[in-house]
Amino acid sequence: MLKSFADYIVFTLIGLSPGSRSGEALDFFIYDTLKIFLLLTTIIFVVAIIRTSFPPEKTKRMLSRKREFVGNILAALLGIVTPFCSCSAVPLFIGFVESGVPLGVTFSFLISSPMVNEVALIMLWGLFGWKIALIYIGTGLLVAVVAGIVIGKLKMEKYVQDYVWEMQVGHSEITVLSFREKVDYARDYTLSLLKKIWPYVVVGVGLGAFIHGYVPADFLVRWAGRDNIFAVPVAVALGVPLYSNAAGVIPIVHALMEKGMAIGTVLAFMMAVTALSLPEAIILSKVLKKPLLATFFGTVAMAIVIVGYLFNAIL
Amino acid sequence: MKIEVLGTGCAKCKALYENVKKAVEETGTCAAVVKVEDIPSIMKYGVMSTPALVIDGQVKFSGKVASTIEIMGML
Repeated sequence: MLKSFADYIVFTLIGLSPGSRSGEALDFFIYDTLKIFLLLTTIIFVVAIIRTSFPPEKTKRMLSRKREFVGNILAALLGIVTPFCSCSAVPLFIGFVESGVPLGVTFSFLISSPMVNEVALIMLWGLFGWKIALIYIGTGLLVAVVAGIVIGKLKMEKYVQDYVWEMQVGHSEITVLSFREKVDYARDYTLSLLKKIWPYVVVGVGLGAFIHGYVPADFLVRWAGRDNIFAVPVAVALGVPLYSNAAGVIPIVHALMEKGMAIGTVLAFMMAVTALSLPEAIILSKVLKKPLLATFFGTVAMAIVIVGYLFNAIL
Repeated sequence: MKIEVLGTGCAKCKALYENVKKAVEETGTCAAVVKVEDIPSIMKYGVMSTPALVIDGQVKFSGKVASTIEIMGML
């Protein structure tokens, strides 16, 4: 239905001819933009409603004194539904470790929470289909669990800033919201998130449409195809400075995949965009000493590179 | 009345601070509004997601930017 609406606008109202480059690019742009905004609005709203039942205080209680492994899996899963913004990473980290959540379990949460986020999932689902979106969730959770277990095994508690262990953390009540309050919260959240990301979506889809219409089909096979062994690490390195722009990056990556970028490279790039961020590293340096910060980044980056190679080999 | 806006200095924290100031002006409440940015003071309230609003030592909410009207109802 959206497709015929886009066709109608481009080919009937504007009068571009089907099959022409500009016509195809504009058709692609209108169709993708409509589809993505429809998905974004509904799914962000639903996710926001679910999140109101998982405040960080409750997640903390569920994870405290959990054993490793089981705790890592639970933490990665809770990372999806607990609201988290990197600007609260410090109070969240202190709250977790102070209440006895093991360090490795805390990291599983900190890795999964930004990586498996609803905006990235919707964009992947809308543009790449549900299979790729599911693969992304699955491997994202796996990266969070494994990296958390590795960090836990390394026994790096001494590399947490000393003041963290001495901090007095007050008791906080878990606020229970009424259904009405949940809906209000979800509506405000959806609107403010859409307001923040819409320019990225439009620009991203626009650039994607341009690439779709104008770049030759095998353009990237040589550089980003599965035979180039440097493609995955380079994609991961490029993803780091693009943090929090999943909304704008995914449409571009989608178009690049059509032009020959291999699927493992695509996944690795996406994960690097969402999970590895310089601003978050700077924020976390308030609570982590350099060796732990470097281990955190190194472990996650390595896990993402392995995911990239794995999917380039099997798909 | 003492109103504290807890937050480590992100954009959302500034937005909440502005809304609180507006709410205080609108209602004509006699209140001191302060920004609390140091981590130990934030943690003392057990708050794990910022920004948060504390009125007379009591945490009203955390992890959202409440509207001016919503805050006026809490004063």
